[in-house]
Amino acid sequence: MKFSESWLREIIDIKLNSSELSHKLTMLGHEVDSVITDGSDIDGIVIAEIVNYAKHPNADRLSLCEINYGNNNHINVICGAPNVRTGLKTALAKVGQALPDGTKIKKSKIRGIESNGMLCSAAEISLGMDQDGIIELPIDAPVGLKLNEYLNLPDNIFDLDLTPNRGDCFSVLGVARDLASSPQSKLHTKEYKKAPITSKICQTIKTPIPEICPRFASQSIKNVNNTVKTPIAITEKLRKSGIRSINPIVDVTNYVMMVTGQPLHAYDQSKIKGIVQPRFAKKDERIMLLDEQIIKLEKDTIVVSDSSGAIGLAGIMGGLSTAVNFGTTEVLFEAAYWPPEFMAGKARKYHMHTDASLRFERGVDPNIQSIAVNMATNLLLSICNGDAGPLMDIKNKKFLPKEITIKLNEIRVNKILGHIIPKNKITKILKSLNFEVTEAKTTWNVTVPTYRFDVKIEDDLIEEIARVYGFGNIPGATEESNNPLNKSIDDRLEINNISNHLCSRDYQEIISYSFVGEQIDNFISGKNSTLKLKNPISSEMSVMRSSLLSGLLNSLKRNISRQNSRVRLFEVGKVFNGELNNHDEREKIAAISLGTIDEENWRANNDCIDFYNVKGDLESIIGSSHENHLYSFKKSDNHIFQPGQAAEVFKEGNSIGCLGKLHPNLLKLFNIKQDVFYFEIDYELCFTPFIVNAHTISKYPQIRRDISITIDKSVAVSEIINSVIQINPNIIQSTNVFDVYEGKNIEEGRKSIALGLILQDKSRTLIDKDADDLVELVIKSLQSEYSAQLRE
Amino acid sequence: MNKISEILKQSINDLEDAVSPEEIDKIRIKYLGKKGVFTSELKKLAEIPKEKRPEFGQKINDAKTVFMDKLSSHSSEIENKLLNDKLNQKSIDVTLKGFRSETGGRHPISLVRAKIEKIFINSGYKIKTGPEIEDDYHNFTALNIPENHPAKAMHDTFYLGKDKLLRTHTSPVQIRSLLAEGAPIRIIAPGKVYRCDSDQTHTPMFHQIEGLVIGKDISFANLKSVLHEFVESFFERDVTLRFRPSYFPFTEPSAEVDILWDEEKWLEILGCGMVHPNVLSNAKIDPKIYSGYAFGMGIERLAMLYYGVKDLRTFFDNDLTFLRQFS
Repeated sequence: MKFSESWLREIIDIKLNSSELSHKLTMLGHEVDSVITDGSDIDGIVIAEIVNYAKHPNADRLSLCEINYGNNNHINVICGAPNVRTGLKTALAKVGQALPDGTKIKKSKIRGIESNGMLCSAAEISLGMDQDGIIELPIDAPVGLKLNEYLNLPDNIFDLDLTPNRGDCFSVLGVARDLASSPQSKLHTKEYKKAPITSKICQTIKTPIPEICPRFASQSIKNVNNTVKTPIAITEKLRKSGIRSINPIVDVTNYVMMVTGQPLHAYDQSKIKGIVQPRFAKKDERIMLLDEQIIKLEKDTIVVSDSSGAIGLAGIMGGLSTAVNFGTTEVLFEAAYWPPEFMAGKARKYHMHTDASLRFERGVDPNIQSIAVNMATNLLLSICNGDAGPLMDIKNKKFLPKEITIKLNEIRVNKILGHIIPKNKITKILKSLNFEVTEAKTTWNVTVPTYRFDVKIEDDLIEEIARVYGFGNIPGATEESNNPLNKSIDDRLEINNISNHLCSRDYQEIISYSFVGEQIDNFISGKNSTLKLKNPISSEMSVMRSSLLSGLLNSLKRNISRQNSRVRLFEVGKVFNGELNNHDEREKIAAISLGTIDEENWRANNDCIDFYNVKGDLESIIGSSHENHLYSFKKSDNHIFQPGQAAEVFKEGNSIGCLGKLHPNLLKLFNIKQDVFYFEIDYELCFTPFIVNAHTISKYPQIRRDISITIDKSVAVSEIINSVIQINPNIIQSTNVFDVYEGKNIEEGRKSIALGLILQDKSRTLIDKDADDLVELVIKSLQSEYSAQLRE
Repeated sequence: MNKISEILKQSINDLEDAVSPEEIDKIRIKYLGKKGVFTSELKKLAEIPKEKRPEFGQKINDAKTVFMDKLSSHSSEIENKLLNDKLNQKSIDVTLKGFRSETGGRHPISLVRAKIEKIFINSGYKIKTGPEIEDDYHNFTALNIPENHPAKAMHDTFYLGKDKLLRTHTSPVQIRSLLAEGAPIRIIAPGKVYRCDSDQTHTPMFHQIEGLVIGKDISFANLKSVLHEFVESFFERDVTLRFRPSYFPFTEPSAEVDILWDEEKWLEILGCGMVHPNVLSNAKIDPKIYSGYAFGMGIERLAMLYYGVKDLRTFFDNDLTFLRQFS
């Protein structure tokens, strides 16, 4: 909310300078977003009076004005404004004066006659948007005085970022009221007498649904002259609050809102047909609003209606059919209490956001409606004349917020804050905020002012106390902690280890959005996603990812386009699968890679990575050697991978991930032409806690025997290894494959493999014969089971 | 007797002229061999009077010792020189780049997240996580944000269904953890959160860390102390903080914490407060017995301050040139 410092200081005396005031507001919880100095560029502009004027002999629309700018200094100025008249007090820029836009005023001849300055419109001296004529100052404005002095300029404009609970501060009075909790401050508000009733004009109002409109204050005024200019004292305040001056009636409603926080609406009384009543909108009802947009109403929206239909969107914006304009002579002011529960979210639904809706949503004091209407009527009569009818005030008490009284306990205050605030200090703070306080021995009964919607329970009062006492005055205190040690090591530590491991294998971590393009995700999962955002930011971010692949591919593509020919990325994050009402979120680890084995270097391996490089990376993270037997890889036909270069990863029979060379059809969607390898594993399934069961190691020496065989190309080497070990698991400690070869000198359809058998017994030293016998056994078994042939 | 000293002088001159082990060997034979100079001098002792023999013998032996020392040192000098000449032929360019497999790096958000986690784990907090697809109850209602509450309008929520949404904050983990474990509790909940907002200063996904401590005597003063310690630990220096009254539906009192940056401006770094009694009741904790604090911070915000990153969006562009800075 924006307002000027000078306006605030009209309502409260407070012994703080501007920057102290700003700090105070922030520390009370009303964060000052900005303080902007306004009107510092009109120094030198003076108040002047048009003593006499005549039509320019050579131009119909220009006037020759004789100007008195103080001490009976008279000069002639030519002016083209339509509102030039004798006796008008206005703003004069003398010769040599610079205007805010940089223009310098020069002595000049206009159509043959000399002009010695310029009379200014509000827009020309940055005092608003009005450029339809020269500025009109009150009749008692002192001629010769600098305009900035007269208008309290320069002035500071405060912009507060109010929290949603403090609707009561959406007015200058509200802010002043909160500031009045500071010592050495005094609030003085202007009370308006009841406006004189000189007419019987009156609008019949009915509230058939009292809960939607517990209070409706209104007053009609006739014989109003809305063509006059709103006094500059009002338009200046509004301008500094960011509100444009429209016409006196509208300006008055805005002014009263800015002072009291009560939004008002003004109708052209003569355009209202029949009885006015708030009701819910009818099905398919439409209204054309003041800003000329037509909206289709929903049934939970409150409208103000007359016999012609809806004439206003309650608490949001009025309708065009009853709008006031310069020609309006009869006006109806409305100040209603629209309950927050009926207002919340309504303006937003229609993509609107108005000063009124903002205040009603957060809560307006239910006690000020008639005060606000009376104030508006008083002001309007003083500006536009007119005859006011009686002030009507419909109250449906049953539905108005009740005054509440809260019991506050000293022990709880001290317990929650962890700091003892003296009891008398607490009483004083509560009273300074207009709470009615009855004090008992260790408790208080606190009655909350009707404008404080946010204070409902004891803890709300504790916040009020702490806020005014100053959060900074509560010293920090270390907890007396008594924490049992955790039973398990936190998962996150393990994730960090795995991530760091992938980094050391030259993968760069990325973080991509959890929502991805639907088409790609469906392609990857082979299903139609059911986890779709209803309000996505774009179609590329419309479904929850079912795999990390899409994000990694996007990042890969981006980095290829940034001249990277070797890219290795990984991501750790959740993927989402299943139906919306029973969805599954699982943490995955995935990596993608492309390019050469080593980074370019004078002795690097410049071969491109292949399946086995990536498989090695995966193996290096899934298990240390003693866990290796838990894992197995099986050939897979997962369609994201190229056929024949895809594997599914299992741990103790459970599928935990996949690995392979990505299918060119998938890569085509990302415009990637190179070979790309990918793996993805499930974090939880893969990294279940595993405690090593230590074996006693053999003290006898190992013997190594190498054998080289050819087998059918389709036989998986892992199968051979398992089968070899099974022949004598007690002695064959491990079987290493140290060569695999197909091609020249090998029969077509077969491959050659070389195995190194590590033999060792736990209870004795093996002799050569033991080893020879065992090798013979192995060869025989491979011959019979796999038609293996021994190579020389 | 001049003869001996001249022999010695000559022998040393011979040695100094020698440049190869072969020459050294020849000299050795010349002087120390069976027919060598020193050997024949010693043989000549028999020809002089007996009483003078020890004196002459001594002189010859002394000269011989000096020669032998010189022979040995000169010989190793030559050997070393030859070895070095040979080794020098194998010299390499030590300025060429070493060969190693390159390493990747963690994402800066992960680094900051891990750092924050470490600080809290060391102070006895447990890490808790919760679902990212949440329901309306855990994300809003249970946190004292009822339907139509103005605070709800401030959350630009991504919806998947009527009741299903992407969590807008990590606070639902408070409710889930309290319901699962009850009080007392001391946790942090890091993770991704989502808001339907995308511009220069907002990304539709970002990361938060939530903290929650509930106990029988947990106070606002404790909260101040913990956060001050945390921020100092995070930035690894003394910091000036201010706790500014604010509003969150799930805490009362609520505060925002600003850090004094560059000794000139206050920057907001986190939000916190005492857990609202309604939230405790919703989580089946008796607010008359238990109290506690909660805090929440944006990891991106802290990472931007920590690393001096200017544009939030670069975190999710995943450009290698940007990311490699953090390895």
